[in-house]
Amino acid sequence: MTSPPRWQSLLSRDRSDRIYRQVLTAFALALPLLIIVILGVLFVEAWPAVKRFGASFLVTSTWDPVREVYGAAPMIFGTLASSLLALVIAVPLALSVAIFLTEFAPRRLRQPVAFLVELLAAIPSVVYGMWGIFVLIPFLRSYVVPPLKAVFGWTPFLQGVFYGNSLLAGGVILAIMIVPYIAAVSREVLLAVPTSQREAALAMGATRWEAVRSAVLPYGRAGLIGAVILGLGRALGETMAVTMVIGNRHDISVSILQPAYTMAAAIANEFSEATTHLYQSALMEVGLILFVVTVAVNAIARLLIWRVAKGAAVGSRAL
Amino acid sequence: MTASDFRRHLMSRVMTTLVVILSFTAVLALVLILGNLIAKGASSIDWAFFTKSPVPAGQSGGGVANAIVGTAIVVGVAALIGVPIGVGAGMYLAEYGSGRLGFLVRFIADVLNGTPSIVVGIVGWTFIVKPTGHFSALAGSVALAILMIPMLARTTEEMVRLVPNSLREAALALGYPRWRTSLRVVARTAMGGIVTGCLVGIARIAGETAPLLFTALGNLNFTVNASQPMQTLSLQIYVYATGPFEEWHRIAWASALVLMGLVLIISLAARWVTRARYGSIR
Repeated sequence: MTSPPRWQSLLSRDRSDRIYRQVLTAFALALPLLIIVILGVLFVEAWPAVKRFGASFLVTSTWDPVREVYGAAPMIFGTLASSLLALVIAVPLALSVAIFLTEFAPRRLRQPVAFLVELLAAIPSVVYGMWGIFVLIPFLRSYVVPPLKAVFGWTPFLQGVFYGNSLLAGGVILAIMIVPYIAAVSREVLLAVPTSQREAALAMGATRWEAVRSAVLPYGRAGLIGAVILGLGRALGETMAVTMVIGNRHDISVSILQPAYTMAAAIANEFSEATTHLYQSALMEVGLILFVVTVAVNAIARLLIWRVAKGAAVGSRAL
Repeated sequence: MTASDFRRHLMSRVMTTLVVILSFTAVLALVLILGNLIAKGASSIDWAFFTKSPVPAGQSGGGVANAIVGTAIVVGVAALIGVPIGVGAGMYLAEYGSGRLGFLVRFIADVLNGTPSIVVGIVGWTFIVKPTGHFSALAGSVALAILMIPMLARTTEEMVRLVPNSLREAALALGYPRWRTSLRVVARTAMGGIVTGCLVGIARIAGETAPLLFTALGNLNFTVNASQPMQTLSLQIYVYATGPFEEWHRIAWASALVLMGLVLIISLAARWVTRARYGSIR
């Protein structure tokens, strides 16, 4: 028995390699397809509302399913306000964790602390929400709001009575939830800063803090900003925990003690009750805005992070 | 030491201390949440909690057997759909991803990783609930699978890239065709890491609620029929925690403890798989 000619086996090998590559390419194409499908679905379903309300959808505040008038301004405001509040609280905490883990912590402590912070990211959103209802809100009511009001009560941000479900509760819960994301990405950005940067600063007589502030942080600045923007993206789209504590009221109030609403919460609350076509379409438009904004925010964040850590899946373990 | 030196060193001390305090505040949040879960949930967990279905509102007793089985089914079907696509895309990125398409897919995966999960729920609703005219566990699984794919693509790529190139070259030099090298040598070497990525992905979608609100919907009865609405632990926690009854809140805490335990066990298993295989990588 003779084996088939050599050129034949080479040809068939070439063909099987090509098939393998094509199959993998098909799987990879699923991702661009996915983003196109999501955009397409949202756009088609939202079109009736877009056509009917135009730009007024973004700036008016009436949300009346009975009269079929929809304006999403309160949700857009609430989404931005709760996310900004969350950033204000989360950024110092998260950057501290990252700096502590890369610069100051004793070696033995680094792994365990990093693991604990990553665990924060593993807690399901709905569990955060429940903890918010039964633990965080009573805590805010007893120990945080009274002193805040005593000192800053004259500002417009702390007007009215605190009943619990509020922008403040939503912002604090969001802050706790995004700390691990910002911390994980920042940590990897800081790890990518060359040791020579630190050594150079220390050799010039800088204190440890001065080395961090003048050598390490500036080097990683783009990546750190990217990490914060990534956290913002998370906060904008976070649904369950916020829905459970923010109060879900279609109102714009600058006081953080008052109930508010977010885009994601509106979809979560009202989608299955949306009986008319236009009502559904209006919620789809809210979804479309939310999707486009978070995609844009994430894209900016990724580009910034990639500039520091070239193409690496930074923070992918926590995300 | 001059006065300004003294100030600089004091500043360094102050900032270091501040950083340490803030770091431990972040860890404290975790300790508090887990502590509350155990304190408020553990006492309600007994055998009946795992084996009985819920009783009507107002009565006491009953369990969450339907939600536990529902979580397993919804997440299991999601993994069946999501794992092959996600891992396949990741293999592409690692093996052929140096070109323009690779860059695009990588970027889209990273961007999709941050997509609000509620929006993905809308997609599941539009493609399955709307045409079939009723809520179903399958629609929930599809939504969860969509969430999983970009995550898996990136972790798989990262893990496959850790395989030393010399291994690949050795296989090719021995006359292995590319596809066999990729599957038999590269993928097999990275298997521990790929499994870890899948487990982490499963742990994350197991806790998702938002995409299930108007797909799997929830169900008070025990069912294993994926074409029907199905209860999951996460949906159960949402409904019971926001409901008016003390009894419901008790069950919600216990369910949350069970869900958290489940997520933790899967996450720890994921770490264990990699550690056993890779030793000290990361």
